[in-house]
Amino acid sequence: MEKALLELNFVKKIYGKGRAAIEALKGVSLKVYKGEFVAIMGASGSGKSTCLNIIGCLDIVSSGSYIFDGIRVEKLNKRQMALLRRHYIGFVFQGYNLLERTSALENVELPLIYLGIPFNKRKKLVYSALEEVGLKGWEHHTPSELSGGQQQRVAIARAIVTKPMLLLADEPTGNLDSRRSHEIMQLLSKLNKTEGITVVMVTHEKDMAVYARRVILFKDGLIVGEEK
Amino acid sequence: MILMLWNAFILAIREIRRNILRSSLTSLGIVIGVTAVITMVTLGNGATKKVMDEIRSLGVNLLQIRPGQRPRHFGVRETAKPFKLKDAEAIEREIYGIEAVAPTVGSITQVIYGNQNWSTLVTGSTNGFLDVTDWKIEMGRRFTRGEIRSGQSVCILGHTVYKKLFDDEYPIGKRIRLRKISFKVVGVLKEKGQSSFGADRDDFILIPIRTFQRRISGNTDVTSIYVSVKEGYSIDKVIQDIKLLMRERRHIRAGKEDDFYILDMREISKILSGTTEVLTSFLGTIAAVSLLVGGIGIMNIMLVSVTERTKEIGIRMAIGALQRDVLLQFLVEAIVLSSFGGIIGIILAFIVSFSLCKIMLVPFVLDMKIVFLAFGFSVVVGIIFGYFPARKAANMNPIEALRHE
Repeated sequence: MEKALLELNFVKKIYGKGRAAIEALKGVSLKVYKGEFVAIMGASGSGKSTCLNIIGCLDIVSSGSYIFDGIRVEKLNKRQMALLRRHYIGFVFQGYNLLERTSALENVELPLIYLGIPFNKRKKLVYSALEEVGLKGWEHHTPSELSGGQQQRVAIARAIVTKPMLLLADEPTGNLDSRRSHEIMQLLSKLNKTEGITVVMVTHEKDMAVYARRVILFKDGLIVGEEK
Repeated sequence: MILMLWNAFILAIREIRRNILRSSLTSLGIVIGVTAVITMVTLGNGATKKVMDEIRSLGVNLLQIRPGQRPRHFGVRETAKPFKLKDAEAIEREIYGIEAVAPTVGSITQVIYGNQNWSTLVTGSTNGFLDVTDWKIEMGRRFTRGEIRSGQSVCILGHTVYKKLFDDEYPIGKRIRLRKISFKVVGVLKEKGQSSFGADRDDFILIPIRTFQRRISGNTDVTSIYVSVKEGYSIDKVIQDIKLLMRERRHIRAGKEDDFYILDMREISKILSGTTEVLTSFLGTIAAVSLLVGGIGIMNIMLVSVTERTKEIGIRMAIGALQRDVLLQFLVEAIVLSSFGGIIGIILAFIVSFSLCKIMLVPFVLDMKIVFLAFGFSVVVGIIFGYFPARKAANMNPIEALRHE
């Protein structure tokens, strides 16, 4: 059997202390393999976003272990986690989270600057990423000049421009109408198939989950089911 | 490391450009502070130089001897026996190391030429007066020995008097009237202009001292004696010699105080330049406080902008910025803004102090030391006051920052 890209073992996440403590994850075990397209579904407050944040190395586990590509993430410090994000993980958010008054080009360029990639190579990568998400010719538009669907495409371009192993999407279609939503899902699905990027997506829309090859159901901080 | 700094620089510049209004408001305090410091110091230096130049134009080796006590307080001064011409002659004859001696008297008098009349200071002295106070002849000549010795009715005009009476007419050989006495104009002096205290130095007429005593004052008194010391001779020694000579001539017994005093221009120049220097550093200090306030302004705006930019910081961290990257970016932003403010401030200070110097008729003396100091200070202000907000930004939790609206 192929080795898992990421592996959660009995992961618990507790927010707060003492009586006010809330257990967001109550022991989640999950494996995701390279090249998979996984959707995590569940009602709000079911712990799915917390789980995604942990997978994305934005948050740390309270107990249990998280192994990403053979690395014990729970043993890393903040700086090492940031380096993992920088090199291997791309994020797409529900609210796009682009920098305002900043062109699509500069938004997509940002992670490459942090990676320390030289100017010429950077430009080449940015143009090809924007072309890949279908935004050729829109490089110099700022978010306020782009539609919601286009903004999300810029965000996707920003996430894949570093050629990450893992693309994480937190309700990527949450702010879009159904036509644009399907376009975005088709784009993610294409990236998964042609580029071989592993995709983990959180959603609560069944229509969107069907694009995934595997659907994991969350409820009250636990995995309650899995569909293929 | 250099690459990282360069990247932080690019990101900081983009962020500054993205928010021109916020950036310029942040810099404004520094701009004003730097402008104030440089302008104040430049004006102060100009004023000092002007005062010094004027004193130097009088001659630092100039002494003035006057009867009576040194004026210490306002009010009535003890009267003392006035000097006579013989005293001046004695100084010239007996004191070693003297360039020129000029006994002088003066009074304000009406002068008339044709239908023009003008009220001016009439000074009675010798050619020595032109030497000790450094006057040059523009037209005509000085007095002749004979004119001085026999006290003839001739005069030399200051430039202002010449302009007022003659306009552009050629004055030499013409006759003007002083108290119904006719004087022949033999010379006109070169213009010196206003003194730093606003007095017109060219507004006077010079006549031979004997003529003055005989025809204007009616007595043989001399108000003061100017003495210029030869180059290379000790001024203190000359003062000492004059004191002894005068005590002897005025029959002052040992143990009694002098009934005359000697003003030393070095003393006056020291007092005046000291005053302007104190003023300069005082004004400079006040201006430096405004620079400090500018720095605190930067910190305040940066702190507010860290809160306002929480989401942006979260995004940056999510897509791969280390804490160090965020810290550096904010720090570089603060430094760029403050040094940019410094440069604008320097340019503005050039313009402001140059035009103020022109208006106030003060020489424009730019001290590059203070320019570099003000610039360096503004950069340091950027580092110090930028660090705290930058650390605050870098220590944010990415998840919470992302959730921030």
